[in-house]
Parts: sequence; C-alpha cells; structure tokens
Amino acid sequence: MLVGELVDLPGLTLVNSGAEPQRSIESAFCCDLLSLVMSRAPAGCAWVTVMGNVNSVAVAVLADIACVVLAEGAAFDDTALKRAEEKGVALFKTDLPVFEAALSIHSMLGNRDD
Amino acid sequence: MSAIELKYAIPGDDFTRAGEASSSIKMRLKQMGFDPCFIRRVAIAVYEGEINMVIHANGGEIVVNISPASTDITLTDDGPGIPDVELAMKAGFSTAPENVRNLGFGAGMGLPNMKKYTDEMDIQSEVGVGTTVRMKVYANAT
Ligand SMILES: Nc1ncnc2c1ncn2[C@@H]1O[C@H](COP(=O)(O)OP(=O)(O)OP(=O)(O)O)[C@@H](O)[C@H]1O
Ligand SMILES: [Mg+2]
Repeated sequence: MLVGELVDLPGLTLVNSGAEPQRSIESAFCCDLLSLVMSRAPAGCAWVTVMGNVNSVAVAVLADIACVVLAEGAAFDDTALKRAEEKGVALFKTDLPVFEAALSIHSMLGNRDD
Repeated sequence: MSAIELKYAIPGDDFTRAGEASSSIKMRLKQMGFDPCFIRRVAIAVYEGEINMVIHANGGEIVVNISPASTDITLTDDGPGIPDVELAMKAGFSTAPENVRNLGFGAGMGLPNMKKYTDEMDIQSEVGVGTTVRMKVYANAT
C-alpha cells in the first residue's frame, strides 16, 4: 500500500502528508529505541513508535523510513512537526496500541495500488 | 567528480538540531547521484557519531571527504573521552543519562551501528582529552 493510503485505515489520522504520498510501504516496524531503529528498520517501512520528538523525524529521514506512525495516543511535539514539514516526512497518529497499529498496516501490505 | 570536503561544527546538548549535519551530508550525496543504499549507510553512521558528540562530548566537529570511490568521515571532539573503547563498542553498553533516554537514546547501539554500516572504523580516545572516530564507506561495497 502507499503512504497516502494509510489514512484509510481505521483509527489512523494524517498529521503531515510528506513529500512522497505515492511512496510504497514495504513493511511495518515497531521500536522506540532510536539506534535500534537505525540498526533494524528496513528502508521503506512504516515505523510505529511512541516517540514523538524531533529525533524520530531525523531517524526517519536518515534511515529512509516511508512514514512515522505515532501510536498509543502520543503526540508529536512542535519541533518535530516543523522538522517533518521541512524535510517532507509523512506523519500519522493513532490511539491504537503499537502492536495493533502495526498489525493493521501489515495486513494491508501488498494490497491495492502497489 | 573531484573530491569534496564538508565540515560541520556540532553544538553540544542541543537535541533539537541533532541530525542536521547528517541530513545535510545525505542531501549532498543524493545530489551527487550516489546509490541510495550507500547514502543510507553513510547517513546512519554519521548520525550515530553526530548524536554521540551531542550527548556524550558536548559537541565536536565532523569532516567528510567524498570521492567517487568512497566517503571518509572524521568525528573529533574534546569531550571526556571513552575509558574502555572495547566495552563501549559492545551492543547494549550505554552511559546515556535519564533525560536523553527519555528521548529514545541509550540503547547502546550507536557505535555498533557505525561499525555495521561502514567498511572501516577506528576510534582513538583519551580520557580528559577527547575522542576521534574515523570511518570509511566504499561506494561500490554492498
Ligand atoms: N564521543 C564520545 N565521547 C565520550 N563517550 C562516548 C562518545 N561516543 C560514545 N561514548 C560512550 O560510549 C557509549 C556507547 O555509545 P553508543 O553510541 O554505542 O550508545 P549510546 O550513545 O549510549 O546509546 P545509543 O544507542 O542511543 O547510541 C556511550 O554511552 C558513551 O559512554
Ligand atoms: Mg550513541
């Protein structure tokens, strides 16, 4: 599925559309420790986390992550939002727990337009 | 393409700017048309080094030399130094304080990532003097 299609998933809200809504999501990845994300997150993944600070946006940019999904009702802080706008990083949020958010994305992979 | 040198001063303890030098380096490599996998490896390695200087060394300097065949990265700081480099290189070892752990740092994976994503890595560190990390990534390596 495409980044821009994530809004169609129940409970997911778009926070920042990013520069590449047509980018394909290849996998879902969950982790809150930033350097573990750097180590393990595949390029092109939807990264589900509870870390909404600016460093998550930096990690997403540098590790070629397709989009960040903030789970558990957590909020991106203002610096993170501003940086995501500047860098064109797609952001979503949801009240779902991390696992359920990732599962719902996972179940849609390979469907629809890709 | 001839060789290019980029230099960045990294301020200490400013977590809102963190990753800016790495992002800028990444953008330059992209403009130069390097392979995305190569760029990703350089970007991640520089980021981990950049963040380490911010968190552990009160800032420092990054010098990057880009040539068609490889990119050389040198991170220099005059922070507290690393008493036991071998221990610091172990996955999971971290002295990151509570306030930065709350931001998502402190997995003790930064140095192992730098090793993992580069072809060569060398750390010279002296307690009370500072730390120099040199890394090399070959453009044609997989
Ligand atoms: N430039 C530096 N100056 C002084 N100490 C450093 C420096 N870089 C790393 N260290 C020491 O090495 C340890 C391990 O570094 P490493 O990057 O692997 O983990 P970390 O920074 O603690 O956590 P993270 O997983 O978020 O990177 C640090 O906790 C710190 O004690
Ligand atoms: Mg580190």
